[in-house]
Amino acid sequence: MNAPVPVSLLVNGEPIDAFVLPRLNLADFLRENLKLTGTHIGCEHGVCGACTVRIDGEIVRSCLVLTVQAQGASVETIEGLSDSGEIADLQAAFRERNALQCGYCTPGMLITAQDLLKHVSVPDRRAIREHLSGNYCRCTGYQAIVDAVEATAMTRAERGA
Amino acid sequence: MKAAAFAYARATSVVNALELLAMHGDKAKVLSGGQSLMPAMNLRLLSPDILVDIGGLAELRGITVRGDLLVIGALTRHVDLLRSPEVALHARLLRDAVAHVAHPAIRNRGTIGGSLAHADPASELPACVVALDATIVVRGSAGERRITATEFFRGIYETALLPDELLVAVEVPVAGQASTFFFQEYARRHGDYAVVGLAARAVVAAGRFSALRLGFFAVGDRPLLAAAAGKLIDATVTPALLAEAAAALADELDPQEDQQATAAMRRHLATVLLRRCVAALLARPELETGVGK
Ligand SMILES: Cc1cc2nc3c(=O)[nH]c(=O)nc-3n(C[C@H](O)[C@H](O)[C@H](O)COP(=O)(O)OP(=O)(O)OC[C@H]3O[C@@H](n4cnc5c(N)ncnc54)[C@H](O)[C@@H]3O)c2cc1C
Ligand code: FES
Ligand code: FES
Repeated sequence: MNAPVPVSLLVNGEPIDAFVLPRLNLADFLRENLKLTGTHIGCEHGVCGACTVRIDGEIVRSCLVLTVQAQGASVETIEGLSDSGEIADLQAAFRERNALQCGYCTPGMLITAQDLLKHVSVPDRRAIREHLSGNYCRCTGYQAIVDAVEATAMTRAERGA
Repeated sequence: MKAAAFAYARATSVVNALELLAMHGDKAKVLSGGQSLMPAMNLRLLSPDILVDIGGLAELRGITVRGDLLVIGALTRHVDLLRSPEVALHARLLRDAVAHVAHPAIRNRGTIGGSLAHADPASELPACVVALDATIVVRGSAGERRITATEFFRGIYETALLPDELLVAVEVPVAGQASTFFFQEYARRHGDYAVVGLAARAVVAAGRFSALRLGFFAVGDRPLLAAAAGKLIDATVTPALLAEAAAALADELDPQEDQQATAAMRRHLATVLLRRCVAALLARPELETGVGK
């Protein structure tokens, strides 16, 4: 028991093959093995949302996913979303509105907010709060985060129209 | 914290999963979405020797209508319930409830089978399957068993499942045209486990209940099908009768006290939900506020 297991997956589009212990969660794999430290670890039991990543296009808690469970999957981290430019406008809105202070929650907030904006074009503030309800921020008091998400939604809707 | 070491087996079929469970007995744990198991393992509340991952078994996934049953595979995720047209049509209660289960990132992985097998008394879906009079289908090496939802839940995190059995599906009687539903819960924040909640299914004809099943949760060690509902069936509901039903409900509840609420607060909130539910289902708003003592 407890022997390393082979795993193959895509991370930000790049194929990765590795041997990992079953107990290694995806958050630690991304941070320790791949040095993708934008994925943060707060609570390690699903409560804070700092470790949010995308698997096959859907947001998940990487602290609650074993690396071996990601066999064959496509994982996207904040580095991937950032480098592709997918969330450049959202990041700019966060900066403009002071929607981050220490920045610990920010990667998880951005990925979760982008998930909402992909599904609902102009969510109201209640919907934004509800979608972000599983992501803790200990600094901002959330108002500025909701502002930034709302502003991005409106700009995107105008641009699209 | 991080989980202690364990071995990992990816089941290739239900039969293979059952063989693995038979081989390892209670040293093994089934892994579905991992949204309750992984937190417990990371907190070192649990440290199984081996995880049997059933997450890849397509045969346990999907929602189908078979005759007058809606059959929901164990691996159907919370998000699938939320989006399913079949659920919206035949068992809307599940859709209404699952919107209150955790947060989007957790709903993308958590499954109905995992939620029912986990049997947290504050959890929404167990109370829903009790209210819907659903049947839980489990499979072991000796074959399949069907257990009514009310028999399935046995206590805090306790069910009728044996360690070498898998929950494979849930069968929900499809709602007739006449069925209506009510779902509400008190929680500190949206997505948190409930302080008290109510999932109900009813048939209303000529202003009276001809059927009423009230599934309360977070009011005891398992979801409770309230006997007090009996007082309201085939009767003209007056404020006095509703007060009588509320008193009977408070008597039959055995709530726990914890950081979220005292037992007395839970009893009170349960009766508030009862009034709201009856007022909403009978479309008589005055019953909610008309607190007849
Ligand atoms: C932050 C957070 C908030 C949450 N809030 C809520 C909430 O408000 N309401 C709520 O109801 N839930 C909540 N959950 C839990 C979530 O709904 C889980 O998805 C669910 O309880 C378990 O489903 P799972 O598929 O993840 O099961 P797993 O975690 O994989 O398994 C849970 C347990 O069931 C067993 N098991 C799983 N599948 C089977 C099967 N098919 N047959 C036999 N045994 C099986 C496992 O061995 C384990 O003991 C929350 C979770 C988190 C992390
Ligand atoms: S570290 Fe994963 S949710 Fe907190
Ligand atoms: S900016 Fe510090 S936790 Fe959110």
